[in-house]
Amino acid sequence: MAFSQAEVLAGLAEIVNDETGIATESVQLEKSFTDDLDIDSISMMTIVVNAEDKFGVKIPDEEVKNLITVGDAVNFIVSAQG
Amino acid sequence: MAGKIVVTGLGATTPLGGDVESTWKALLAGESGISTIEADWVSEYDLPVTFAGQAKVKALDVLTPQECKRLDQSSQFALIAAREAWKDAGTPEVAPERIAVEYATGIGGVWTLLNAYDDLKNRGPRRVMPMTIPMLMPNGPAAAIGMDIAARGGVRTAVSACASGTEAIANAIDRLRTGEVDIVVAGGCEAGIHPLPLAAFASMHALSKRNDNPAAASRPYDIDRDGFVMGEGGGAVVLELEEHALARGAKIYAELVSGAVTSDAYHITAPDPEGTGAARAVLRALEHGGLQVTDVDHINAHATSTPVGDIAEYTALRRVFGDHLDKIAISATKSSTGHLLGGAGAIEAIFTILALHTRTAPPTINVDNPDPAIPVDVVTSPRNLGDGELVAISNSFGFGGHNAVIVFKSYEK
Repeated sequence: MAFSQAEVLAGLAEIVNDETGIATESVQLEKSFTDDLDIDSISMMTIVVNAEDKFGVKIPDEEVKNLITVGDAVNFIVSAQG
Repeated sequence: MAGKIVVTGLGATTPLGGDVESTWKALLAGESGISTIEADWVSEYDLPVTFAGQAKVKALDVLTPQECKRLDQSSQFALIAAREAWKDAGTPEVAPERIAVEYATGIGGVWTLLNAYDDLKNRGPRRVMPMTIPMLMPNGPAAAIGMDIAARGGVRTAVSACASGTEAIANAIDRLRTGEVDIVVAGGCEAGIHPLPLAAFASMHALSKRNDNPAAASRPYDIDRDGFVMGEGGGAVVLELEEHALARGAKIYAELVSGAVTSDAYHITAPDPEGTGAARAVLRALEHGGLQVTDVDHINAHATSTPVGDIAEYTALRRVFGDHLDKIAISATKSSTGHLLGGAGAIEAIFTILALHTRTAPPTINVDNPDPAIPVDVVTSPRNLGDGELVAISNSFGFGGHNAVIVFKSYEK
């Protein structure tokens, strides 16, 4: 069963919160991981791996640099499913 | 000798308490911080030793979940101790370039390393988290403290097994005396209560196997001692030159007079039975401080509760002090805390400092039948050390033949 965009956003927000302590409601589609949420590359890699586990997708390392905003990540995960 | 170095802040998290005050109170009350380990892995691996001196307050109850996620438990203990010490020192306002850290560990991030290896074996290389290396490196605790208090005057880590914490404090002396920095946070930590170190120490017959009575297991100087007890936690002290401390109106606990480090080159784990290296460390330390052996009033002994170690230290002390040893009040506080390895020297420095500051030597518990081979004046209930200037030393010795001794003096303005 595929996750909807809203479900992926909510799930990703939980992962971000767990890793960084950032409130889930701050994790919004237009937010930049580095500029708005102040997430460093080490946390980003942890978030990516946890997202792979949670949503059953592969996020290749070369793709991670293109995931500038939360929306980028959500869209990638939604389209990478099934 | 350049200006006096004084102690202006103390911090600790130990098997007796989550801070200095609760730890000291429990120590004076003769409590034991040793208990059975309530973890599945004890029975899973059928460990021969099932108890340890576990931190009384879990780091997760003090730090944020995110701090804990990015720090090995050893660094968590270090940060808790250092923050308390820094606050206790009045949160000094010092230029970052003039702040240094000398913070030790014996083993480093053993939990992080072995958990990451499990992740690698069970889930593959991608599941080995990117923070693994900075979390497992032995300088991780020192670096965590340095980041926290913005220390840019140099952050270093002494690694000399169970002598590490004392060596780190001794290393701080030169940093201050040379005028390179104004203030140093020094100490050590350990978080090694993991099945592998437990199994390994047990396999070398270093640990007590008194599984049926953990609180009685750490018994330095008792005839029935059968090994040390692993402990975990950390301690930190804030050190600065007296004039710097007075200028900023800091309270002063004691003077750190001097320190010395020597090595045995005898055996990788066994102490030199003649205690010559340890004796040299004590003598050098007193010499560096311009003190006579007869000046010493109190010793916080290394005394881990191993059959041979306690005797080797006694031999060294008798060699140094001769008849004066009988006039020295000796405390073996590992009887209450267990052996914090790289953190031992740090918390024992704090106990030594508080003994001088409060003029009260802390008790040694479990000495039910004193070993006649170690005829010393063991303090078994809190003892007043009397008036006037008091001098105390704290000893630490480590696998590898490391000997480290630091000397403190009571402070009067």
